[in-house]
Amino acid sequence: MSFLATPQSMHFPDALPLQSGASIRDYHLAYETYGQLNAERSNAVLVCHALNASHHVAGRYEGQDRSEGWWDNMIGPGKSVDTNRFFVIGINNLGSCFGSTGPMHVNPASGQVYGADFPVVTVEDWVNAQARLLDGLGIGQLAAVMGGSLGGMQALCWTLQYPERMRHAVVVASAPNLTAENIAFNEVARRAIVTDPDFHGGHFYRHGVIPKRGLRIARMIGHITYLSDDVMNEKFGRQLREGIDLKYSTQDIEFQIESYLRYQGDKFSDYFDANTYLLITRALDYFDPARAHAGNLTRALARATAKFLLMSFTTDWRFSPQRSREIVKALLDNRRSVSYAEIDAPHGHDAFLLDDARYMGVMRSYFDSIAKELQA
Amino acid sequence: MTDKAAMQALARLVPPGSRVLDLGCGNGAMLDYLQRERGCSGYGVEIDDANVLACVQRGVDVIQLNLDEGLAMFDDNSFDVVLQIDTLQHLRNAETMLRETARVGRTGVVAFPNFAHWPNRLSILRGRMPVTRRLPYQWYDTPNIRVGTYKDFEVLATKNSLRILDSFGLQDGQEVRWLPNARAGTAVFHFEHA
Repeated sequence: MSFLATPQSMHFPDALPLQSGASIRDYHLAYETYGQLNAERSNAVLVCHALNASHHVAGRYEGQDRSEGWWDNMIGPGKSVDTNRFFVIGINNLGSCFGSTGPMHVNPASGQVYGADFPVVTVEDWVNAQARLLDGLGIGQLAAVMGGSLGGMQALCWTLQYPERMRHAVVVASAPNLTAENIAFNEVARRAIVTDPDFHGGHFYRHGVIPKRGLRIARMIGHITYLSDDVMNEKFGRQLREGIDLKYSTQDIEFQIESYLRYQGDKFSDYFDANTYLLITRALDYFDPARAHAGNLTRALARATAKFLLMSFTTDWRFSPQRSREIVKALLDNRRSVSYAEIDAPHGHDAFLLDDARYMGVMRSYFDSIAKELQA
Repeated sequence: MTDKAAMQALARLVPPGSRVLDLGCGNGAMLDYLQRERGCSGYGVEIDDANVLACVQRGVDVIQLNLDEGLAMFDDNSFDVVLQIDTLQHLRNAETMLRETARVGRTGVVAFPNFAHWPNRLSILRGRMPVTRRLPYQWYDTPNIRVGTYKDFEVLATKNSLRILDSFGLQDGQEVRWLPNARAGTAVFHFEHA
């Protein structure tokens, strides 16, 4: 059983200017920390979360079964990112629905729940907000910033916005931007939500309803893209849910995969906020550090001075190895220190959250070398 | 070819402070040595998971790639020296990779088992493929899919317009400069593109 974690919150009265030109003030960020900050304040590791995760990265909550954090297999005492040596910080991003200020909270300017009026936030905005939280904790330079998927985008963004504030960046199953196909998946999910009659233009809280149908479908399509064809076939194949006889029905659940997706959709719609889903998928779509450099990623990454570890998974088609290699190439062009491991795992994009001896081994070795560097 | 003397003999071809790309870098020992002893920097390229892990463990930058997919990730002349130490014999597209080595590096160093070493010739004369310390595999399980000689490489280098800066044999960690094609188990070539 994992160690106990305690969520915390930090309040920020000052306005945070956002990339869109808007700003947000008087907001909270939820966060957790594990391990001890050393006397030199040099052993902090910031973990950035992906679409549907939070600041609860590792450990469990007292009295709550199965409340382990989303990267509990990676982070903790004696684990690959060893909290006996590192001070690990998880932060919930602005606009999320797990504790930090988001669309379901009251806008202090209007006294009304934000809803659809919550400002559009970008990966760059999140990184700025995270930097303020580090200021609050008195941490100047991180030993490492790390994340998978959208979290990897934040880690990459950190190295460009605050190059002097970290020694290492660990970017897992990520990409320098989304492909058209990837944006397309996000758009299907968003349309499912906004066309749900219970969405009410994003102000559904006032109506006391939740656009669950849209959220379910959004989650179903997302979930399909996080798995590989192989793993889905292995897990479900063409298995029927009940018995062996076909029901000859177009609307009943017939195949196990349908049942599984509906279950995942139902579960998700119980805890995830519809406006948050729109905000986070949009942040994914917008992320593109090369855009300001006429699409030239090498020029975009010239600012980065961190040492990098990148990892990808061979069966990940949502954030394919090719996309990680683009980042590696841009770093090589800039003569930055970079290692890249391509893990041959069957689980698709989800592999970054799962146990794999090679994946965990490379991560452990990399953090071992960071720990040695800190001692030297 | 992991012994220290051989590694040092090859390291002498790498000028101090060079930016090095080591293709098929194994466990990263060579790059580690070049970084510590000769102030070099650079990256290893490896396909094998265990070797990638070993490189990360010793703090050598490594890129996991299949060399048979080419070196598109690396720009022209982006390294002072590109090493191919005991790598060429494993490549399906050995000639393409030799050209890529010359494209990416200002100079290249290639070392591979010399099939014309006299014990190998003797074995062939007896009618059997050689099994030696340098070539320890049976013909049916060898990972060495390219079998060539010191002289063969000279021909391939000429065909690809490579200028040979130095070449010699290596045997028991010692340079062999007299009749290397017969007297050395390893052929070593230091070259640049013309």
